[in-house]
Amino acid sequence: MEADVTLTVDGERRTLRTDTRTTLLDALREHLGVIAPKKGCDHGQCGSCTVLLDGRRATSCLTFAVANDGADVRTADGLADDGELHPVQQAFIDNDAFQCGYCTPGQVCSAVGVLEEAEAGWPSAVTADPADTPRLDEAEIRERMSGNLCRCGAYAGIVAAVRGAAEGDAR
Amino acid sequence: MTDTTTHLGADSARVEGPAKVTGRARYASEYPLSGMAYVYPVGAPVARGKVRAIDAAEAEAVPGVLGVLWHGNAPRLEEAEPDGLSLAAELQVLQSDEVLYHGHMVAAVVAETTEAARHAAGLLRTDIDRSPHDAAFFRDRDDFYTPEDSDEHRGDPDAQIAGAHAVVDEVYGTAMQHNNPMEPHSTIAEWGAGGLTLHESTQGPHVVRETLAPMVGLEPDQVRVIAPFVGGGFGSKGPLHAPTIVAVLAARAFPGRPMKLLLPRQRMFDQVGYRSPTSMRVRLTAGADGVLTGISADAAVQSSRVAEFIETAAAPARMMYAAPHRRSTHSAVTLDAAPPTWMRAPGECPGMFGPEVAMDELACTLGIDPIELRVRNEPDRDPSSGLPYSSRNLVACLREGARRFGWADHDHAPGARHDGEWLVGAGVASSTYPAMLMPGSSAVVRHLGEGRYEVGIGAADIGTGAETALGLIAAEALEVPADRVRMRIGDTEQPTATVAGGSTGTVSWGSAITAAAQEFRKRHGSAPGTGAEATGDAAPPEEGDAYSSHGFGAQFAEVHVHAHTGEVRVPRLLGVWAVGRVISARTAHSQFLGGMVMGLSMALHESSEVDPRTGHVVNRDLADYHIAANADIGDVQAHWIDEHDPYVNALGAKGIGEIGIVGTAAAIANAAHHATGVRVRDLPLTPDRFV
Repeated sequence: MEADVTLTVDGERRTLRTDTRTTLLDALREHLGVIAPKKGCDHGQCGSCTVLLDGRRATSCLTFAVANDGADVRTADGLADDGELHPVQQAFIDNDAFQCGYCTPGQVCSAVGVLEEAEAGWPSAVTADPADTPRLDEAEIRERMSGNLCRCGAYAGIVAAVRGAAEGDAR
Repeated sequence: MTDTTTHLGADSARVEGPAKVTGRARYASEYPLSGMAYVYPVGAPVARGKVRAIDAAEAEAVPGVLGVLWHGNAPRLEEAEPDGLSLAAELQVLQSDEVLYHGHMVAAVVAETTEAARHAAGLLRTDIDRSPHDAAFFRDRDDFYTPEDSDEHRGDPDAQIAGAHAVVDEVYGTAMQHNNPMEPHSTIAEWGAGGLTLHESTQGPHVVRETLAPMVGLEPDQVRVIAPFVGGGFGSKGPLHAPTIVAVLAARAFPGRPMKLLLPRQRMFDQVGYRSPTSMRVRLTAGADGVLTGISADAAVQSSRVAEFIETAAAPARMMYAAPHRRSTHSAVTLDAAPPTWMRAPGECPGMFGPEVAMDELACTLGIDPIELRVRNEPDRDPSSGLPYSSRNLVACLREGARRFGWADHDHAPGARHDGEWLVGAGVASSTYPAMLMPGSSAVVRHLGEGRYEVGIGAADIGTGAETALGLIAAEALEVPADRVRMRIGDTEQPTATVAGGSTGTVSWGSAITAAAQEFRKRHGSAPGTGAEATGDAAPPEEGDAYSSHGFGAQFAEVHVHAHTGEVRVPRLLGVWAVGRVISARTAHSQFLGGMVMGLSMALHESSEVDPRTGHVVNRDLADYHIAANADIGDVQAHWIDEHDPYVNALGAKGIGEIGIVGTAAAIANAAHHATGVRVRDLPLTPDRFV
């Protein structure tokens, strides 16, 4: 069965006729030529396919394209603005927060989501008092970034990058 | 650093950084070729048997399905050329009715869309005549055999037990592990008029070409392999594996249509190798002063009925510490299991776990500081070969690590410290990995005009920072600023490069680049014309046979174990390394950290559980096979000492990709003992061991 779906991908309106079994991830990668979200496990276990779906981070392999008609999808590619890297992306480079790069676009999207979630006051499992505005210290960043696996083990750099980006935001 | 050179050792940002953080870097499955079709592999649901028939009628009726390949209709393959990495028998896929392990590929669906291929795969009916199988690895089996050339004997270590002041005699186990790079093994294969083109996730484009070409009746120059970005490998993408061959068979069957096969994560637990579980009996005998009189390491591993692969876990015990009497042996059992393969620091990684925990046990028995015990057993030559070391700075690493970690405060009593409900301990272990240079690489240097150069070599950068490091080496050899050099890598159109494996890449490829740059300057001088070029080949070190060359390191861990739940945390991990000259500081630092994190993952989490009744790995995805996540990591630090080794090779550098994982698990296990008094000798250190 097929359906017509319209998505706004990295600011661009895209329409496609899609198999109703097609995941958002496959719609992006196989049909729209958007390769920033990666397929690492196809089961929502690794986080490589993370995008910002209507502003919130989501594993794009766990949702069907047809269920997201009209949605706004931002990938790591779309976070860079006219060749100018997003501060989170620059922080990833500065802190060598990746090696092979396959999980990286997902990490970057997740990090942008983390900054916004903390800003909005969302607590995590390690937030001492859920009523407080969380401070993005190392423990908070590690907890909030743990949905994105990195087999190269670049976690130290990832924490430093997110922290750097968070402090940059605060200034 | 005291280097007087301009570029080597530079703290440069990874050159491909912008491509990776934006996701524009294109990996093997991401080339938008027209007419793409999708290949979905189907594995046998039994561990041993014969395929009687495949009923594909229902699958083929699915709209979009182009065909189903199985041994009855798949194109025929010739034997693979031995490449020293791949297991030729593993590559003969869809060629016979034989099922030799659970998941052994028996068919592949080819379809216009990935959804159709996957759906149709579920409709295939495989009629398999099932035979009894045996896939259980355990030490007390009576059918272990001795692999060829796997043992080494010096003196009589058993005879030292009687007169020893202290004896450690224990059995240590490491678990079956799966490499699990984040990018699944993936291939786009296209059979065209000129030959075969592969977009491949591989650690060695030229290895793929040389091994594959004769299998499909092509000359190597009719096969092009493209792999500028590879999403990790850790050994599993070194050899060729069956999924690549299946994609090629599909391409052969449907010429002119690119065939994409991105291996489902679950299939990475049966199709692309794993680290064999190891069980090692370690015996140490020593005097009251801690000086070793004997070292024995007897390792048992598993191999596969498909082809032999031996994890040489007893090897590092041959050269690590001095002792007049020593033995290292391997025994293997052939199981109805998929073939094992290379995984980061094969041999050394599992092989240093037992001996380094045993050293800690000896230190505890004798009441000697574990660092001091290691220092007292420092050999002045390689105890195995008798050769002098080109450099060996293990003691310097231990001392520097102790200083940085704050080891001086270490009180030896186990189970004596706590922080609230957490028991607190510290542990240390040594690391080593051989420094090798692989011959066979070539490079080309080309002047693009206006002082800009392009340097080509077919090497794969699997995340190691190779492109960055090689650019620095090229700039150094050409005596130009680093930004004047552009690397061209990851493509068989470039000169031959050896595999990214064995921690040999940077020095082997760098040696070829240096030779090409020197030849370039010799021929074209310092003011070359546009288009001028020269090539060069990797040369083994001049005095390579006169020395034993290894990198060394010391790892320190602080471990907290929860008194009631047994949860193990590692708030601090610190490594100090002696690896000759570090070429690219920032990417090298990440390599060490990455190895240590993978070592922590091995220590706390990783274990592929085989169900002996079915012969398959039960925890076959990333939800059940745990790898370290961000929240598992604490303060991880890597430092290196200034080591000058003029003998190891012309660059004075030792490989660094693997040594970081060696010894980590032992340091953590030793720290867990120090925290709790519980000695765990089998990995991983799951909470049940401590409650």
